[in-house]
Amino acid sequence: MVERIAQISDEATEQIGKAASSDELEQLRVRFLGRKAELTTILRGISELPADERGPVGKAGNEVRQRLEGLIETRAAELDASELSSRLAEDRVDITLPGAPPPRIGHLHLITRTRRRIEDVMVGLGYRILEGPEVEIDYYNFTALNHPPGHPARMEQDTFYVAPGSITRAALESARDAAGADGGSETPDEELVMLRTHTSPMQVRAMEAAEPPLFIAVPGKCYRRDTIDATHLPMFHQVEGLAVAEDITLADLQGTLREMLRGLFGPGREARMRPHFFPFTEPSVEFDVSCFRCDSTGRLDDGSRCPLCKGIGWIEVGGAGMVDPNVFGFVADNGYDPERIQGFAFGFGIERMAMLLHGLPDLRLFVENDVRVLEQFA
Amino acid sequence: MKVPVSWLRSYCDPDWDAEELAEQLAMTGTEVERVGSAGAPSPEGFVVGRVKSVAAHPDADRLSVCEVDTGDGERTIVCGAPNVAAGQLVPVALPGAVLPGGMKLKKAKLRGVESDGMILSEAELEIGDDAGGIAVLGENGAAPGTPLADLLAVSDEVLELEVTSNRSDCLAIYGVAREVHAISEAPLAPAPWERDAEAAGEGDASDHASVSIETPTELCPRFTARVFTDVEIGPSPLWLKARLMAAGQRPINNVVDITNYVMLLTGQPLHAFDLDEVPGGELIIRTAKQGERMTTLDDVERTFDADAVLVCDREGPSGVAGIMGGQRSEVSETTTRVLLEVATWNGVNILRTSRMLALRSEASARFEKQLHPALTMRAQRVASQLMVELCGAKLVPGTIDEGAGEPEPRVVRLRVPRVERLVGLATDAETCEARLERLGFGVEREGEEISATVPPERDADVTREVDLIEEVARLAHLETALPSTLPATRERVGRLTPEQLLRREAEDALRGLGADEIVGWSLTDPGIADRLRLPQDDPRRVLIEIGNPLSADQSVLRPVLLGGLLDAARLNLARGGSHAVLFESGHVHRGGEAKPRPGALGGSFSGEHGAPVWEPHHLAYLATGTPPQSWAGSTGEPDYFGAKSAVETLFGRLGVPLEVEAAEQPFLHPGRTARLLLPGEDEIGWVGELHPLVARQWDLPGGVAFELALAPLLDASRVGREAYEDVTSFPAANQDIAVVVPEDVPASRVREVVLEGGGELLVAAEVFDLYAGEQVGEGNKSLALRLSFRAPDRTLTDEEVSGRRAAITSALAEIGGSLRE
Repeated sequence: MVERIAQISDEATEQIGKAASSDELEQLRVRFLGRKAELTTILRGISELPADERGPVGKAGNEVRQRLEGLIETRAAELDASELSSRLAEDRVDITLPGAPPPRIGHLHLITRTRRRIEDVMVGLGYRILEGPEVEIDYYNFTALNHPPGHPARMEQDTFYVAPGSITRAALESARDAAGADGGSETPDEELVMLRTHTSPMQVRAMEAAEPPLFIAVPGKCYRRDTIDATHLPMFHQVEGLAVAEDITLADLQGTLREMLRGLFGPGREARMRPHFFPFTEPSVEFDVSCFRCDSTGRLDDGSRCPLCKGIGWIEVGGAGMVDPNVFGFVADNGYDPERIQGFAFGFGIERMAMLLHGLPDLRLFVENDVRVLEQFA
Repeated sequence: MKVPVSWLRSYCDPDWDAEELAEQLAMTGTEVERVGSAGAPSPEGFVVGRVKSVAAHPDADRLSVCEVDTGDGERTIVCGAPNVAAGQLVPVALPGAVLPGGMKLKKAKLRGVESDGMILSEAELEIGDDAGGIAVLGENGAAPGTPLADLLAVSDEVLELEVTSNRSDCLAIYGVAREVHAISEAPLAPAPWERDAEAAGEGDASDHASVSIETPTELCPRFTARVFTDVEIGPSPLWLKARLMAAGQRPINNVVDITNYVMLLTGQPLHAFDLDEVPGGELIIRTAKQGERMTTLDDVERTFDADAVLVCDREGPSGVAGIMGGQRSEVSETTTRVLLEVATWNGVNILRTSRMLALRSEASARFEKQLHPALTMRAQRVASQLMVELCGAKLVPGTIDEGAGEPEPRVVRLRVPRVERLVGLATDAETCEARLERLGFGVEREGEEISATVPPERDADVTREVDLIEEVARLAHLETALPSTLPATRERVGRLTPEQLLRREAEDALRGLGADEIVGWSLTDPGIADRLRLPQDDPRRVLIEIGNPLSADQSVLRPVLLGGLLDAARLNLARGGSHAVLFESGHVHRGGEAKPRPGALGGSFSGEHGAPVWEPHHLAYLATGTPPQSWAGSTGEPDYFGAKSAVETLFGRLGVPLEVEAAEQPFLHPGRTARLLLPGEDEIGWVGELHPLVARQWDLPGGVAFELALAPLLDASRVGREAYEDVTSFPAANQDIAVVVPEDVPASRVREVVLEGGGELLVAAEVFDLYAGEQVGEGNKSLALRLSFRAPDRTLTDEEVSGRRAAITSALAEIGGSLRE
């Protein structure tokens, strides 16, 4: 009997080694280890054997059984691996076909992107971001910004005025009250409400709402009555900066502009201020950034004139200055005593900034909303 | 303002070339648009010549052969001018000279005779209009061979200044010279008005003319007039013509040229009348009658309103004050008596009238900046000298001087430490004093305090201490001297507000869905209301109108963002795009009753006075067209559920549960529209498929959209305020159920009822399948829901869960629903 078991063992070992597929192996397992297999039968019949044979047969049978189980398991793993390989080989695809379309990534408008960039730089410099109404009253847009009556910017040629019929009585009365705060205004009703021509009205709104020190930046839409062309839009975006405390100087303005311009145009940039005139700042300046194309040399590497700064080495960015004491005069009651308080303000166009950063040639591109342009800016 | 550099240098001549002058002016507040040129590129080769003889050309009728002494001997020059004659002193260009326009002169044979140079006309020199003959130089003692540049500006550079509105003093050559003096410290020649002409005429000015001002003084603060007799009208001398041409003014005749020349030099405009054409010599200054008409010098008939100020004589208007004269009393060839008007007008009024007439002149450009009355007599004195010198005129003694005369000069105090306090640059009193003096201020100093008397040409600009600080600061070479510092203030914290941060989240969510952000026009056309099919009583029809729009297309403010998205989609599809997925984040403007919410996005802004118009911040989305098919399959046209999915993503990103309700919008598909609700039933917007008629209006194949008010959505956001909930200690029991309900019961209602029935233990119920067909019976539908039961403190038993299921079953029965087993 033990001999027979050895024979089964040899036969099975040989067959298992030859098995060429999982199916064949399964058949062998049934044949040698299944319920009806000879070995199984032998082991089942042990109790019927003479007592002295039971031990040796049982031992040999179980050993062989365990060994065969091990062999089948090993062989099965071998077969699985080779079968998987051939199956994978058959699963080949044309890897040169285009990828499945990825979910499309949308785009923020270049104005939003640039605005956020400016906001982040200003936040880093310690400024809070405020927003104001696009439809303003004369008081905030002009009067409290020290524009005398009859100032050219107030003329109908330059400023969009809201038709009086469009405004509710309550809003008109509020606007008129504000005009009255200027000691009475002769401005006719229809000129009281306009589309703001700059973001500067928020200077006075913010100073009315909070005592100094005040550090704010105000991005937003503005409107001027300009006919549309490559360099003019009746609707555009500006950012206003305002810093007010007891000890703010023109030198602080220059340093702040420098840090802001470095934040936008990269380290190493410098700010330059040229005296200028605005009604609501004194002294007033225009400010430039050192040219980032030619590194302020005015020449490109090949010696040609820098096309960005036109060989000047500086690029005009915006206007700025020390807040005019007359402006503080309108909010003197809220802690802005012009004898004690001083500060600076600056402003520039977001479109202009974006054009400088990305080389857009025409303002109209910003409002055309051609997707082929929008998607150039991630 | 065009400033011929040679003219400027005659008053102040620093050791700077034109480029350096431009740079220095720009860095102290006077921008130079460009450095141009006038006349020839170089004065080389232009000399004075004496015509010795003139002979007819042997082969050409119109040419003469001249012998001309040019100092280095006589040379033969062929000349085509009819007026050439022996004995004349003439401008000559020698071979090698480069003419204005760039042509280089060479020896050349003209019809066989070699010409060794060229006798020049005014036009060829670009010092005048006259091309009909050669220019003849007056006998001024110049010898043949003298460089022509010694007599007149043959070749000049021109600074084109961009003068800011406060600096009318720089609309004058002498004013710019003073500025250059202040910057460079090079000496400044005495003012040309320090001298006056001798009054050699007879009688008194008041014998010849009278002026009465009938307007309020503020409209005509001063009107001066001088009278000249024996005036000989003729051309101006070449040097004067050259200066006018270089400054951009065409020479006309000596009297008119003098008025222009003096205006350019002093900044004060003047006007010359032919006194014999002024009946009775009587001038009246008055405001116009509404609709009154007059023909101005440029031959245009103008109509005035009642605010325009006119200079009139007995017979009617003869000039528009401060803007342009009239034809009637214009100086002409026959003029012998001249009345020279030099007046001060009201700047605001001049600006207004000039805009009303759409007529701007060199004079009005100066008057509109409010000139000081003292400038009038400066101009009278300079002009009188020239009238006598160049027109042989006799100045009649006396000056007619009406109005309020000259006000006392303004004195402004400067506390020197205030300069450093404001500018951040240490400056001592001596420096301040010197700078102000160079700028023409009268200065008295006592220690650290300076009293500055403001010169009249700076009167409108310098009224306060801070204005003096600016004057001192701008001459300090700020670009090199000023340090760059940051504010020392300690109380300074920068941060975005929660609503600003969340708005970025909201915009980024839509961007993440593949949408491109647009910036639409706030200005739109009133037809938008009709094209969106808004009914008459829709509050969005109450538009904010612009009183003075540029065009009807942009004459109202947008009440919704949708219109701009539709416009942009149309443009992109028209340009060949297959589809467009767009969004916008921005203000809309609503007429009628304002309903602002707190915060800038809700339309409540800082300041004592609210915004005059309600302008909430909206967020809107539009998808239209079919994305191009790929080999991996097609995505199909966007439908309602696509748009709703976008809304769900947006709300999900902000942590706000979305609720919708069937609704209608006039511009949306009536069966595929929902209103967007916040918990607590606050309606904040809509979502749906475009109404086919609206899509057609914009040439779109269809599309889906949503628009909502951002402020309430952001208010409801729980981002940053979420509280932790334990989900790991006790597992949830998940079960799927199928609910059969009548067709018209909305899924949201079924879900609501299931959630009610499930009670606290039912933490989620999501609809995941919809079936309608025979198996559930006609008029019914089956919804499959995935339920999730969980308790925070224990593992649920089967009994508990089946108890909740039973409760759900009975709750569903109330809406005619049942569980399908």
